[in-house]
Amino acid sequence: MTNSELIRSSAANLATRLAAKEISAVEVTQAHLDRIAAVDGALNAFLHINTDEALSVAADVDARRAHGEDLHELAGVPIAVKDLIVTIGQPTTAGSRILDGWHSPYDATVVRKLREARMPILGKTNLDEFAMGSSTEHSAFGPTRNPWDLDRIPGGSGGGSAAAVAAFEAPLALGTDTGGSIRQPGAVTGTVGVKPTYGAVSRYGAIAMASSLDQIGPVSRTVLDSALLQEVIGGHDPFDSTSLTDPSTGLVAAARLGNVSGMKIGIIRELHGEGYQAGVENRFNESLELLKQAGAEIVEVSCPNFQYALGAYYLIMPSEASSNLAKFDGVRFGLRTLPGDGPMTIERVMGATRAAGFGDEVKRRIILGTYALSAGYYDAYYGSAQKVRTLIQQDFNAAFSQTDVLISPTAPTTAFKLGEKLDDPLAMYLNDVATIPANLAGVPGLSLPGGLADEDGLPVGIQLLAPAREDARLYRVGAVLESLLEQSWGGPLLDQAPELAGAAAGLAGTKEAK
Amino acid sequence: MAAINRDDVAHLARLAHIEMTGDELDRMAGELAVIVDAVKSVSEAAGADVPATSHPIPLSNVLREDVVGHVLSQEQALSGAPDAQSGRFRVPAILEED
Repeated sequence: MTNSELIRSSAANLATRLAAKEISAVEVTQAHLDRIAAVDGALNAFLHINTDEALSVAADVDARRAHGEDLHELAGVPIAVKDLIVTIGQPTTAGSRILDGWHSPYDATVVRKLREARMPILGKTNLDEFAMGSSTEHSAFGPTRNPWDLDRIPGGSGGGSAAAVAAFEAPLALGTDTGGSIRQPGAVTGTVGVKPTYGAVSRYGAIAMASSLDQIGPVSRTVLDSALLQEVIGGHDPFDSTSLTDPSTGLVAAARLGNVSGMKIGIIRELHGEGYQAGVENRFNESLELLKQAGAEIVEVSCPNFQYALGAYYLIMPSEASSNLAKFDGVRFGLRTLPGDGPMTIERVMGATRAAGFGDEVKRRIILGTYALSAGYYDAYYGSAQKVRTLIQQDFNAAFSQTDVLISPTAPTTAFKLGEKLDDPLAMYLNDVATIPANLAGVPGLSLPGGLADEDGLPVGIQLLAPAREDARLYRVGAVLESLLEQSWGGPLLDQAPELAGAAAGLAGTKEAK
Repeated sequence: MAAINRDDVAHLARLAHIEMTGDELDRMAGELAVIVDAVKSVSEAAGADVPATSHPIPLSNVLREDVVGHVLSQEQALSGAPDAQSGRFRVPAILEED
């Protein structure tokens, strides 16, 4: 296989060829590192590149395979990790100045599982600071750019992971999803992203934003690849007391099932139409038509309380974030900034440290959360938002009593231009209107590419939602829809993405200086 | 529900231990007023009879054996500290001295 074939292969295909010894893990890993060197100067998807460790893990896989050792299916398949997830041996910044240069003394559980499967970790990917944002523009280390159009956002907060996978810098990546941070970047970059059921994948070692909403999940170019990755990272973890005891199995089998005949798929009345770009709506309707032709029954359901989801989310999330981020106090880890003058007390050092270390969006959310939790407002804000959470769960329960899965566009628009919504926080928040209900209810969601919008030629995402613990249904329906769409396009959607290497030639090498 | 003003933001910033300049307070007060206005419908959505959900998938009695498990060594725990001495975190004065 040529380098270009290696980097464009799915993880499943790489795994098969590695097992057959047609290719080596070192070759595969080196091809991706070369690709990163060639294009990441233009994209800024990576904050750290883990060259030596990745190549040494790959060499070890090749040696073990040569000795006939029984290895994990994905052994030797490289992966990128969102820089919100802690790793021994590499810095973890969470996209924030306050953790610039910090090294975790322990691995996240998902990272331990990647190591056990012997998957080389290529590096750490860019994100909005502490995963707060929908565009990756809130990273303290500069925005990531969308491989489809370098002037546009790659989504967020996991724009780095999505862009890395879309630009063939990695076949797989890990993301985290609190309100859509895996699915919305997937939608705007033409890739696949899955938010598993809350608790299906351990959160131990993911730097917490909103603990009752955060979820680690897979990022990939195909539905099957996400299923393979979720089986690696999922399952019970005693280090996360919210971890479910369900085994992480049956997802790959569901992705390989290949039929949706007789399944009931619900369109959510509140999550399309007004406020959704015409090209998004057109691609969404085409997907419905394809599923219908494949034998699924399409029904319409109503989730009337979804109109309150965004409001409830922007009370619960900042409340939990303000509490979780209190640990950045300039004492135990990260930055310490001394006040310019006056008494040098811990309180003033904390104030100066957090002023210098946090960006605007993080400060905004901490202040909003502190407000929502303060005496006199708690019942009206946080208390009410928790009740809305119950109403949204009830809406999902009612919808799933008539359907097997639900379907909607993942995001109301395609990728917008960098800077376009940076001065309007509320406009930025609206990107997550279709993804947030799943986080509030804890149900799983998957986004897959649905085609290109007519008006701008940019990727549109289709979102599937299933009842809690029924992640397998997402993979079953997602894989069928993906295969029907790819037949209609004559190949994967990313085949239509512009070539990056030429555009990046002048910038290649700038990464090396980092 | 009361609107959020500049004095509120200054108070909240003190509670949250974030030093803010006058410009930042002005800007933040304007932005937060818009956001708070946008989320206020939440307080009218649910009646008194709706129970609150604090956690998407309720679990109870998550316990483990009472034995020493996964712990960091003293060296590991101090490895990311901005200042440490004699095996401990070194902290600026807690109280202001006259």
